Amino acid sequence: MRWRYLLYLLVRTGVTTRYRNSVLGWTWSYVRPGAQFLVFWVVLGLFLNLNRDIPNYPVYLFSGIVVINLFSEAFKNATTSIVNNAPLVRKVFLPRQLFAVSAVVVAFIHFLPQLALLLIVCLFMGWIPSVSILGVLAALAAMIIVSLFALGIGLFFGALNVRFRDAENIVELLLLLATWASPVLYAWTMVQEAMDKLGWPDWLVDIYLLNPITQGVELFHYAFWRPVTDTTLALPPDLAWNTLWTFLIAVGTLLLGQLVFRRLEGKFAQDL
Amino acid sequence: MSTATASRPSIVVDGVRKNFTLNHALSFKDTVVAWIRRRKTSSTFEALKGLDLVINEGESVAILGLNGSGKSTLLKLISGVMEPDAGEVLTRGRVAGLIEVGAGFHPELSGRENVFLNAAILGMQRKEVEERYDEIVAFSEIEQFIDQEVKHYSSGMFMRLAFSVAIHVELDVLLVDEILSVGDAPFREKCRLKFGELIAQKKTLVVVSHDMEMVRELCTRGVVINKGEVVYDGEIEGAIALVDE
Repeated sequence: MRWRYLLYLLVRTGVTTRYRNSVLGWTWSYVRPGAQFLVFWVVLGLFLNLNRDIPNYPVYLFSGIVVINLFSEAFKNATTSIVNNAPLVRKVFLPRQLFAVSAVVVAFIHFLPQLALLLIVCLFMGWIPSVSILGVLAALAAMIIVSLFALGIGLFFGALNVRFRDAENIVELLLLLATWASPVLYAWTMVQEAMDKLGWPDWLVDIYLLNPITQGVELFHYAFWRPVTDTTLALPPDLAWNTLWTFLIAVGTLLLGQLVFRRLEGKFAQDL
Repeated sequence: MSTATASRPSIVVDGVRKNFTLNHALSFKDTVVAWIRRRKTSSTFEALKGLDLVINEGESVAILGLNGSGKSTLLKLISGVMEPDAGEVLTRGRVAGLIEVGAGFHPELSGRENVFLNAAILGMQRKEVEERYDEIVAFSEIEQFIDQEVKHYSSGMFMRLAFSVAIHVELDVLLVDEILSVGDAPFREKCRLKFGELIAQKKTLVVVSHDMEMVRELCTRGVVINKGEVVYDGEIEGAIALVDE
């Protein structure tokens, strides 16, 4: 890998300059998800009574939020990475995918403090004796799936964004939907119940569960929330198989993103 | 070019065309309006019209021409930043472009960090940069400011450091675009010597410049481009005379 050193430096630059000239610095990495968590907990947990339906709702909520945050940050950064590095893209020849890859890696590094927070909370609630190897593997799988998926669509929209800046707005919209399209704030069984009530076919639920982000969230619930909670909430069907399928979907997205990126790459220098 | 035929070509530009599409319609509304009025929403501009050029190893070539004649486009095609619409560009060895140096500088990082970052952007590995770091800083003559953030640099200091990094990259082909006017007179002299050194090492040098004095000193061959076509290729004096007219 001829460009590994450059990737390392790009990641380091992204991490160290992110909070330059801000007094609170890295604290912001906690403040944002913290505020998000508080709002959802108060509104949905207390006002709308989800606290009662889902036991241990704060942990349920937070383990979902961190996954969504990882995805949002990685996806958004990757999308804008090409345009943000316009001077380089226009003047120096280097593999432009590096910018998207480094954006995702930087997002992942920012996700680690949040993961640590979640871990600490879970440790206090007695995570250690009840967690299995499978749980740890599930958490790892979730991070891999979500990162690959974010990189894939990030490459796709990043390449489009060079010519059509609409891409950035579409991404904002998708991210807004992403939080609600996965069982972060509610339980997946509510989707099942709604489908039953409306009389819609069951395969819609399967499709819903095949969303890589949904899978990531469910795997995190499995890894962090279930071990510390006494619950009767059913596991999503085929959680193990869906891990494989969503992994393949994420890899497919990555290949598609790379393909589109390669197609459009030749025009980057003149369109920026 | 009877003497050059013996050596290997370093850059081959074969029938290269480059068109730029100029979009007049910038939004969906514009597109609809233009469509209703049956006006064209885009026009093409031919920057290069089937250009052929062979540059051999160890040659130093000046590409001359008026503004907008396609010189910089040609350089970008050789460096690989752009792809031609038709034809082929082949290069041998490591190509480094001094096309607007300092593109990869990050204002929030210190001079030292920027040296490493920029050298890596230009394709250097960690070991190579570490070996040459002292040389790079010494050449730029800004040792005392090297740990300051680059945003506090004067434009002269900035250009010196950027240029110094670019010139120390291990390369076979060096593309130079209008940056010979870097810095003050002593620094310019230093750059000129450095270029002379590279020529002596049998590196291939392609220079785009309007500074005829510099070009005359560095280059042996001149290529004049006008409206995307080669109109002169030969001795540097002839090229300069043609452009000066």
